[in-house]
Amino acid sequence: MSTAYQIVVCGSIVPDPLQTLEPVTGPTGPALKNEMMLPAVLDPWAGHALFEAAHLAKSAPGSKVWLVSLGPKAKLQQVMMTVAQKVPFELVALDGPAGGFTEAADVAAALADAINAIPGLDKSRLLVFGGWESASRGAGATMQIVGERLGIANQFQGVDKLTVAADGSLEVLERIEGGKHQVSKCAAPPAVLGWATGNLPEPPNNPQVGMMNMRVVMPALQRAKPAKVAAEGVKFASVTLPKQQRDTKIVKDVPPEEIAKEIVAWIAKD
Amino acid sequence: METILVLAHTETDGSLAKAALEALGAAKTLGGALVVGLVGENVQAAANSIASCGAAKFFGATGSDFSHARYATDAAAAEAICKAAGATVVIAPATSRWNRVLAGVAHRLGGRADAHVTAITAANGVVSVNRWYYRQRMEAVLQRTQRPWVIALEAGCYETWKGSAGSATVEAVAVSLTDACKQTTVTGIRAPAADQQTIRPDAKLLLVAGAGWTKTQPDGKNHTGDAEKLILGFLRLTQASLGSSKSLVDLSGEGQAVLPFMSHLHQIGQTGATPRHPKGLSTCCHGEEPHTVGWRFVNERRAIDLNPNCGWARGKADVLYVADAFAVMAKVNELLAAKK
Repeated sequence: MSTAYQIVVCGSIVPDPLQTLEPVTGPTGPALKNEMMLPAVLDPWAGHALFEAAHLAKSAPGSKVWLVSLGPKAKLQQVMMTVAQKVPFELVALDGPAGGFTEAADVAAALADAINAIPGLDKSRLLVFGGWESASRGAGATMQIVGERLGIANQFQGVDKLTVAADGSLEVLERIEGGKHQVSKCAAPPAVLGWATGNLPEPPNNPQVGMMNMRVVMPALQRAKPAKVAAEGVKFASVTLPKQQRDTKIVKDVPPEEIAKEIVAWIAKD
Repeated sequence: METILVLAHTETDGSLAKAALEALGAAKTLGGALVVGLVGENVQAAANSIASCGAAKFFGATGSDFSHARYATDAAAAEAICKAAGATVVIAPATSRWNRVLAGVAHRLGGRADAHVTAITAANGVVSVNRWYYRQRMEAVLQRTQRPWVIALEAGCYETWKGSAGSATVEAVAVSLTDACKQTTVTGIRAPAADQQTIRPDAKLLLVAGAGWTKTQPDGKNHTGDAEKLILGFLRLTQASLGSSKSLVDLSGEGQAVLPFMSHLHQIGQTGATPRHPKGLSTCCHGEEPHTVGWRFVNERRAIDLNPNCGWARGKADVLYVADAFAVMAKVNELLAAKK
């Protein structure tokens, strides 16, 4: 039995989480102020998915990893300079908006079309990875719709661990309520896995991997097809930053015993 | 007028979870025609428990195929119920089970889904939802023209529906399942031992531990062992839930011997959870936005930190104790133990 996988990771870019974000109203709806100027990173959960994909591919000889990414070409190029140094993959780029106020259904349609267009893709060995949510829209919807469009019935979300058993079946740990995991056994690919944080640390930069990846990244970016992604049918009545500012009482120069008494009384109060 | 379907699944004991009753409570605030759809091995007891909710009909997809959370079977059941109900708006609790399938279900129905919704309102016949973008850093109010509109409502945002039980007539909905729907088998639940479980979503208090617990203390040494005893002792005495800043769990992930009971499951804010608790106490947490987004849905907030300008606390907590968390928490634990 072949244990090689064709792993397609769906992942886009988001503003660096340390940036200050401010919503503005653009011609097509809400957007971020200076969105194109904000430094971007690979979406954190998609990043975990990519690292897990590379780890699985390494342990299953003959496997291959694609990264299908939708975003403005210039920003994708910027982010790929860093991501490409982490793990080996082949980029499939789509040129379009990567902001949070676009529709997951539109993004999923573009991603599914791109996956279907990958030459020689064997769906019986296909694993579609991605983040279980994005750090922009945060809807947790895109991967499910990609799976639906590809006709994949085995879907898992909030995945923290994937183990391949000797018989080729997949054991998947998904996050559920209360700090627990649901354990499922999937008989065989194809499957969609929306990753939470997984178990792997971010791989160190590897310049050799970077050089190898960049040979295909630049042509992929040049070939990037425009993707029609919008928010048709959605009317945003408002997009605002939370304004709640608390009047914080500062308690200084008080012995720990007194503070402890106050905290215990506060905890006990209904 | 909208036809509103409250879509819920039963728990392993056949009951409805609190989040499901909150979804029902939210649906009741909207007016409109209400119907209920239930998925589970047996849904009669659950339907009876909400028999007086005013639903015009109860639909059920039942059988052993629906006893566990599995994408293919749950999506098929939800799709069949939505079709049978002719719902234009579907409100479901944002449980892990429904979060896994609702977007796929909406796609099958030609509609749209919105997850992590925190409020639903209806004015002049127009339904609006509130949801957060960019990891709880901005809130949008939006409306949709697409129907059905599937809405996953976050737990803790509405009062639970309260009413008397009765006898409900459940209309069975046939669900067509192929072999492909059963390729995945749920084999179990993996959880820490009960006395080691530190994530408690229903706890009244959230303790947030920051990376400061692992830093060098005034004596020039790390005291992670003491930190572990203090944190776990506090959790044992209060039955609080434990959250963590990203920096602390990242240290654990990098294999450093820090606080061994911390995992990414504890992380709040950024790429972590946004838990809802009545009270929150942060200890040794540092950083500005976006690190503090995990605080956003905690009502009463207090913080202990040596830095009076701590971004976790200034303007975000009700009270900031400028003090050494090691000393304060040791005394807190002493007092709590004496009260037991």
